[in-house]
Amino acid sequence: MPHKVGIPRALVYYNYFPWWRGFFEALEAEVVVSGETTKQTLDHGVRLAVDEACLPVKVFFGHVLELSRQKVDFIFVPRIVSVERKAFICPKFMGLPDMVRNAIPDLPSLIDVTVDLRHRPKRRLWKAARQVGRQLGASPFRVIRAVFGAQKRQRVFQDLLVKQLTPPEALAAMEGKSRPEGSGKALSGKAAENRDNWLPQEYPGAKRLKVAVLGHSYNIYDQLASQNVIRRLREMGVQVVTADMLPAPLIRAGNQKLAKPLFWTFGKKIAGAAFHWLGNGGVDGIVHLVSFGCGPDSMVGELVQREAWRGKTTPFMLLTLDEHTGESGIVTRLEAFVDMLRHRMSLKEKGHPGEQGNPGGEDKPLQKGGV
Amino acid sequence: MGTLYIPIKALFENLGLSVVIPPPPSKRTLALGGRYAPEFACLPMKLNIGNYLEALEAGAEVIIMGGGTGPCRFGYYAQVQNEILKDLGYQFEMIVLEPPQGHVLELYRKIRELVGSLSLRDLKYAIQLAWDKVLAIDRLQVEVHRLAGREVERGRVNREFEAGLGAIDRANSFAAIRQAAEESLLKLKAVKVRPPAQKPLRVGIIGEIYMVLEPFANLEVEKHLAEMGVEVVRKIFLGEWVRDHLFLNPFRLGRERARLLKLARPYLGHFVGGHGLETIANTVEMAGEGVDGVIQIAPFTCMPEIVAESILPRVSQDHGIPSLTLYLDEQSGEAGLLTRLEAFVDLLRRRNLAPLNANLHRAPIDRQFH
Ligand code: SF4
Ligand code: SF4
Repeated sequence: MPHKVGIPRALVYYNYFPWWRGFFEALEAEVVVSGETTKQTLDHGVRLAVDEACLPVKVFFGHVLELSRQKVDFIFVPRIVSVERKAFICPKFMGLPDMVRNAIPDLPSLIDVTVDLRHRPKRRLWKAARQVGRQLGASPFRVIRAVFGAQKRQRVFQDLLVKQLTPPEALAAMEGKSRPEGSGKALSGKAAENRDNWLPQEYPGAKRLKVAVLGHSYNIYDQLASQNVIRRLREMGVQVVTADMLPAPLIRAGNQKLAKPLFWTFGKKIAGAAFHWLGNGGVDGIVHLVSFGCGPDSMVGELVQREAWRGKTTPFMLLTLDEHTGESGIVTRLEAFVDMLRHRMSLKEKGHPGEQGNPGGEDKPLQKGGV
Repeated sequence: MGTLYIPIKALFENLGLSVVIPPPPSKRTLALGGRYAPEFACLPMKLNIGNYLEALEAGAEVIIMGGGTGPCRFGYYAQVQNEILKDLGYQFEMIVLEPPQGHVLELYRKIRELVGSLSLRDLKYAIQLAWDKVLAIDRLQVEVHRLAGREVERGRVNREFEAGLGAIDRANSFAAIRQAAEESLLKLKAVKVRPPAQKPLRVGIIGEIYMVLEPFANLEVEKHLAEMGVEVVRKIFLGEWVRDHLFLNPFRLGRERARLLKLARPYLGHFVGGHGLETIANTVEMAGEGVDGVIQIAPFTCMPEIVAESILPRVSQDHGIPSLTLYLDEQSGEAGLLTRLEAFVDLLRRRNLAPLNANLHRAPIDRQFH
């Protein structure tokens, strides 16, 4: 009987799922993915995790619990220390399997392989793959084939992202499913590339607004965590882009503006994309989603926000997410932000260069003042 | 941070720089830091910014700061702080000592830029002198921990400690440092204490290093514990911080990490940045040394300590060592802290009074104090 391997639909699922799935299936395991994040997933996570944990970690715990109740043989909780040179993901990822083990009772075995690609990435990756293979009783030969297959799937996925699909859409497209949001249109082939056409054309004649949504993949693409920010923006007739849709060289170029390279992979992506857009234009506004209490976000967000303030060309809004984030609050702020962007755009079209403020930003004191 | 200013001042003064010591952190420092730092920055960073603002007000022109390569925020403090201070309109130069190009050589180059000429021998001398001060301070600190909980006259030990720190600060040669340390140790030992027959409760302080070392940041937790008659045990001292952040020695670091990992197994299988691994490893080690309980002190939102906190209950349970976790930020007040400390110390006292054979039936340790 094939092993059942549970994969939580949380954290870097949104970045690496095609790889994982390709790999495990080539090892003849049956892959079980937890469902979309629901209120219940989150409630479980909140109960299991320590209060101070950030929202994404709580969500992750909820997904692990769900899988542990589905009688899977293994749950995949890798210890992802690093996926590239000179950068980490976050300290919490480095202790993730330990946190899970100590928080959730009656777990099946964890596949808690350490992935640390700071040095000799190729060798380390093979080593990690071999370890997982051994845990599942697969032959080394099979592991080799599985890795090549997995990499191929991951490349297909990345290509779809650059074609402006969000990861959930790309994943659905790879499975030949229809659009997850239920628009009923198939997402394969040409339709995927012309996705713009399906969006509601509320403002005929007017140039469509383009807004960048920045943040960690597990925040911006998780429907519950993000309160559906991407979908809501689209429903307002806005075209949404994310850092995943920017080609890597542009992100690297954006990062050149930093005095010292960041050492968080997501931080680099966010800052690079933000600096690219702030410097070269290309979007009408930027919405940055951060988790309450997130360490890397607190630093990266500050750098980006200051740059946005100084440049005063692209309005910038920071939205903080936690388990108490109310839907209505998010909607109100998004609507206000989009209205402001529309107003700016119509002024610009009429030839007013003014209205350069940043009404969407937090009023953070940037100037000196007494205490 | 804590007593760090003493060796740092010695170092730079011996290099021919004049040093602006910011006033000790105060409510104002914290307010300044809290106002200009990112909202979710960790407390050490906020205090840091407050310190810099006060130092700049006092006329500092150069800020020297440690760097790092992650995974935690400290390694990027300097860059964000630089942006914040520059946006505020201050004129200054920030020197960041980044590993691993060799902190010492980097320091040498930068100092030479500042003072013009400097021989390597002078640098070596200044570093050694500063390092001696670090060690002397740590020696006194251990003695303070041992005695403060048993002193007869309240606050006496701490007064002697302060005096000792002053003497070390003033000392300007190896011999003078040694003499200052010896004399202060003798004075400390002469403080009247209750006989060891009344064995004091021993409580370990674990957690994030800045919070552990800076009394202002931890709301003087050690002093409060001493007043409750508790002996404080610590594994983290100033020397650690200096070694970790300023004079990184990869070899020593590797060995130390292996030792910690061994202690922390099976609870935590990897370093997690900051002092998360130490928090777990030190708890296990202290349990083995018969320490009665541990208090974890961490800045609000501190990532490594959140990892450690998630694991700590299991360690507590397995090793029979209760733990209390305290997250502190600029809003934390002393009153709240005292209540929780008292409750925790009470719990430890009651556990100790329970007959020995009740050991196995100890009430499960949950996170009721959290
Ligand atoms: S990067 Fe931020 S959001 Fe992600 S796990 Fe770490 S603290 Fe949480
Ligand atoms: S270890 Fe904690 S206090 Fe230190 S930088 Fe990281 S989050 Fe901040």
